[in-house]
Amino acid sequence: MFLSEENMPKAKRIYMDHAAGRAVDARVIKAMSPYMASLRGNPSSVHSFGQEAKQALEEARTKVAELINAESKESIFFTSGATESNNMAIKGVAHRNQHQGRHIITSSIEHMSVLNPCKFLTTKGFKVTFLPVDQYGFVDLTNLEEELTSETILVSIMYANGEIGTIQPIQKISQMVHRKKAYLHVDATAANGQVPIDVSNEGIDLLTISSNDVYGPKGVGALYIKKGVRLEPLIHGGGQERGIRSGTENILGIVGFGKAVEISRAEMFTESERLKKLRDRLIKGLVGRIPHSSLNGHPSKRLPNNAAVRYSFIEGESILLDLDMKGVAASSGSACTAKTLEPSHVLRAIGLKHEEAHGSLLFTLGRRNTEEEVDYVIRIMPEIVERLREMSPLTPKELIE
Amino acid sequence: MYSKKVMEHFRNPRNMGEIPDADGVGTVGNPVCGDMMTVHIKVKDNRIDDIKFKTFGCGAAIATSSMVTELAKGKTLKEAMKIGRSDVADSLGGLPKVKMHCSNLAADALHAAIEDYEKHKGTKR
Repeated sequence: MFLSEENMPKAKRIYMDHAAGRAVDARVIKAMSPYMASLRGNPSSVHSFGQEAKQALEEARTKVAELINAESKESIFFTSGATESNNMAIKGVAHRNQHQGRHIITSSIEHMSVLNPCKFLTTKGFKVTFLPVDQYGFVDLTNLEEELTSETILVSIMYANGEIGTIQPIQKISQMVHRKKAYLHVDATAANGQVPIDVSNEGIDLLTISSNDVYGPKGVGALYIKKGVRLEPLIHGGGQERGIRSGTENILGIVGFGKAVEISRAEMFTESERLKKLRDRLIKGLVGRIPHSSLNGHPSKRLPNNAAVRYSFIEGESILLDLDMKGVAASSGSACTAKTLEPSHVLRAIGLKHEEAHGSLLFTLGRRNTEEEVDYVIRIMPEIVERLREMSPLTPKELIE
Repeated sequence: MYSKKVMEHFRNPRNMGEIPDADGVGTVGNPVCGDMMTVHIKVKDNRIDDIKFKTFGCGAAIATSSMVTELAKGKTLKEAMKIGRSDVADSLGGLPKVKMHCSNLAADALHAAIEDYEKHKGTKR
C-alpha cells in the first residue's frame, strides 16, 4: 500500500512543532524594524543615542516583569536564551551559596540545560538529587520532602514539561522548599505564554523564560532573580545587567522580546482556551481512532498546546517522515531522531519501555493552527500507522488482517 | 537529512512482506534499540529466487531493508554473502553518519537468512 498524494493540500504545510521553534509574530517584527533601521547607541552611553537604547531596554524589562508579576523590573536580567538562564541560575546559585550547603535537588525530566549544569556540578563537589516522577510526569512531593535537608541550597523544577505537557504543582513545591530555606528555580521555558505565571504568589525565587516561546526572536531570554537572592555571574565583563550578566545588551532582540511578551499577556487567556479545544480534539482523534495507541502525560493537567501520543509496533522517525511527506511537521522522542541514539529521558522517566518510547509522537500547537489543520492530521494518521505496522515484524498478525 | 534514493525506498519499499514457506529466515536487531528486521528467502539452484523483508525502525532501517532485497534477488548465495553494509549504504547514495551502525543492519539480516538456510539444508522445515 502506498501513500496517496491526492488529499494533500498543494504546497500547504502544517506546522505543529512549536516546542522546537516558532515563527516571530508579525507585530513583533513591526516593533523591531525601527530599531533595526536606526538604532546605533549603546545603552551604557551618556549621549542621546545611548539613552534611546537604554529607554527601549528598560521598557522591555518592565513588560517582562509585568508578565510574570515580578516585584520590580530590576529583578529581570536579560540573557541569550533559556539555556543561559538555566546555567546562570543553577551554577550561579551553587557557587555563590556553597558555604551554606552543597546539595541541589532537581527532577529527572528537566531540560538538558538544567540536567547538564547539575551533572557538571557533581564534578565540582556538589551532591545532586534527581527526583523520580510518576507515570504522568509529576514530581513525587513526598520524595522531595524526604530529600530536602539543611544542606540543600537549591531546588530546580520545571513549570511544565515540553515533551509530555505535564504542569507541576509549583506553589506546593515552593512551600516545601522554603520551609527548608532553599531557593526554588523554575524553568518556565515550555510553559511561558501558555499558562499565567506569577512569581510573587507562587513563591518562585528564580525563573527562566525565553523569547521565542512567546513568538519573539530567538537568541533572547531572561532570568528573573528575586530581590535578595544571591548568585555568581557566569559572564564577567563590563558590568551590564547590574553586574550579573556582562556584555552589551542585545537591544534589537530584547525589544522584540518585550513586544512579544506584551502580546502574549494580552492574548494568553483567549488563545490558551482555543488551543485547549484543538489539543483535546487532536488527542481524541489520534488515540481514539487507532488501536494500540495512548496518550503521554496527564489528560488535563497539561500545557494547552501539547498533544503527545504513542503508537505500538512502529517507530517515531518513520511516522515523522510519512507526516512530512503529507506536509505535516511534528516531533518524536524516539532515539532515531536524537543525537544520542537513546530515546528521550523524559519518556523513560515516566516509565515507558524503550520500545514504547520509540513509537512516541509530539504535536505542539500554535497561534496559526486551525481546526481544519487538526482534522487533516487526524484524517491522515490511521493510514500512516497502518502502512508502517504492515511493514513491522512486531505487529500482531490479527491487527494486519 | 536523507538522500532522495533513501526516501524513495522508504516510501515505496520493494519486496516487503514474508514468505510462508521460506527456506531461510534471518532476524537481527531488537525493538529496545529501535531497529529490528526479518528477512525471508526462497532458494532455487543455489540462487536467491525470492526475498522479502519486514522492518521495525526509522527511515534508514526501512530503506536499507528494501535495498538489500533488491541487491540480493537473483544472486547466488555466495554472491549474496558478499553484500556488505557499505554496499547497501552506497547503493542508497549514502546514509547519515549517525545511522551507519544503528540502522544499517539489513545486510546482517540477509546473511543470517542465508546461514539459516545452510544450517537447515536437506532437512524438512
